[in-house]
Amino acid sequence: MNVLIFLVLAIAASIPLSYAFRAGLVRVLPHEKALVARDMPLTAAFGIMVIGVYVIVAFAAPLLAPFPERAVVGSQFQPWDSTYLLGTDRLGRDMLSRLIYGARNTVGIAFATTALAFVVGALLGIWAALRGGWLDQLLSRFVDALMAIPSLIFSLLLLTIFGTSVLTLILVIAAVDATRVYRIARSVSQGVVVMDYIEAARLRGEGNWYLIRHEILPNALAPLVAEFGLRFCFVFLTISSLSFLGLGIQPPTADWGSMVRDNATLITFGDMTPLMPAGAIALLTVAVNFVVDWQLYRASGLKEQG
Amino acid sequence: MHAVLMMILQRLGLGILTLFVVSVVIFGATELLPGDLASSLLGQSATPETVAALRQQMGLDQPAPVRYWTWLTGVVQGDFGVSLATRRPISDMMSMRLGNTVFLALYAAAIAVPLSLVLGILAALWRNSLFDRVANAGALSAISFPEFFVAYILIFLLAQSGVFPSMVRISPAMGLTDKLYVTFLPALTLTLVVTAHMMRMTRAAIINLMASPYIEMARLKGVSPLRIVLRHALPNALAPIINVVALNLAYLITGVVVVEVVFVYPGLGQLMVDSVAKRDIAVVQAIALIFASAYVLLNLTADVLSTLTNPRLMRRK
Repeated sequence: MNVLIFLVLAIAASIPLSYAFRAGLVRVLPHEKALVARDMPLTAAFGIMVIGVYVIVAFAAPLLAPFPERAVVGSQFQPWDSTYLLGTDRLGRDMLSRLIYGARNTVGIAFATTALAFVVGALLGIWAALRGGWLDQLLSRFVDALMAIPSLIFSLLLLTIFGTSVLTLILVIAAVDATRVYRIARSVSQGVVVMDYIEAARLRGEGNWYLIRHEILPNALAPLVAEFGLRFCFVFLTISSLSFLGLGIQPPTADWGSMVRDNATLITFGDMTPLMPAGAIALLTVAVNFVVDWQLYRASGLKEQG
Repeated sequence: MHAVLMMILQRLGLGILTLFVVSVVIFGATELLPGDLASSLLGQSATPETVAALRQQMGLDQPAPVRYWTWLTGVVQGDFGVSLATRRPISDMMSMRLGNTVFLALYAAAIAVPLSLVLGILAALWRNSLFDRVANAGALSAISFPEFFVAYILIFLLAQSGVFPSMVRISPAMGLTDKLYVTFLPALTLTLVVTAHMMRMTRAAIINLMASPYIEMARLKGVSPLRIVLRHALPNALAPIINVVALNLAYLITGVVVVEVVFVYPGLGQLMVDSVAKRDIAVVQAIALIFASAYVLLNLTADVLSTLTNPRLMRRK
């Protein structure tokens, strides 16, 4: 019951908070951007606010955390008190500190992976659309074959082969997700490639690299940015799930997925502390989704007719 | 009728081709390793003799196409080889667990599909109402939750007070009601995870149609809103709905992996995770092939069914 009351209170508190945040943004930003901020729905304001808090926590982790990330500072499974605000974990490390450092590790790794997947997938996708012909066919059929296998299953297979470490985790997830990015990038830029200005630039004698950077990328950016947000959510959830399964980010690095796994026994005793890292994951993905939803709505200029 | 049969045969052929490619990818992925699998599995401290012995046991002394052919012919006959860790035949290890996993996925689907269709239709019917907004925000949030979060919340709310067990122990001797009772929490977790997406797509598909002229006509005739949705909009929205249902059933396949681990459910997903940790590549390949085949077959079925509901799709080039 306590959890439900807590949830209702949290939602009730977040509404005026995001309202105030939006009003603050309208004040602070220059005129043009303030107009955009004024029209943004409350959910999007909430999303931007939450993402901002995560970024600050990730960068300021050593300043905010009361204890070091990996130090054993107390006995095992201590309850909440004034020294250990959220208690201690299975080995006696401070939960709150690990939660704060987790923002840096988990989000950082997910972000790096998404960025890598994007650079590889988007460049290959645009290149395939630009060149067409056998190169396009070869890449696309190859990607089709890889996409016929569910991504989590494929990641598990690759992790078995290459072993589990942070580097292989990043490379494996980036490779699997690059195939999905490739699809989107290719289909978006196929619409751009047939435009007259591409033809004109080609006749001017511009090379492929120039075309990609100056002509195609700016015109394909809006859907790709939205896709980046969605892709980040998927990557973030996959990495957390793998860490939860014990196959992702390895101890003693503080990471939200493995924190849930390590302390899960507490849940059956009615202690909700292990739910917090899972909640932190959920909150960030919800926030990103809200912002992406708003961006997609803005980009499409679509309004549902009543 | 002839055209329908042709279409089904054509899709089936494509499906078999896809399955073949998938099996090549799953088998061939081990070839990506620098060096070979045996030395990588044993690590740097292994003596050359043990590496050679493992290489022979895994058949690595033969060229890859020959090994692939032996593996594939075995798989087609239901023989997946032996586990590297336990030396037991993989098909024995999987047989019980496959049934358990299928049972869990079907159980979840039986709750999730009707529930999400009803919710989606209601949300489309009462568009922009409070119900619609709450359902939408809830769905968007539920999509964003990691499976284990949902699972542990349910354990916290329902299992801790002892209403439902938080660990699933099932035996073949169990009656159906008992089985449904002990697997209720994992099934509910999966349901919550997939319902959101299906509901949103159902709503979107129906709302899309509501702007078309024939719906306007029905409305002007004075047909009741419920009847418009059920009789006029739903049949035409079936193709996208079938697709999204199949997509989510396929998603259940990967969802079971995490959920099975949370609830210590004796299914294929748990076996797969254990085998990944032990780097038992033979078992992982076998399970990956089963999951991937189910995924391909579900997508194939969706493709055929949605083509059948919309004859115009068959006239496409």
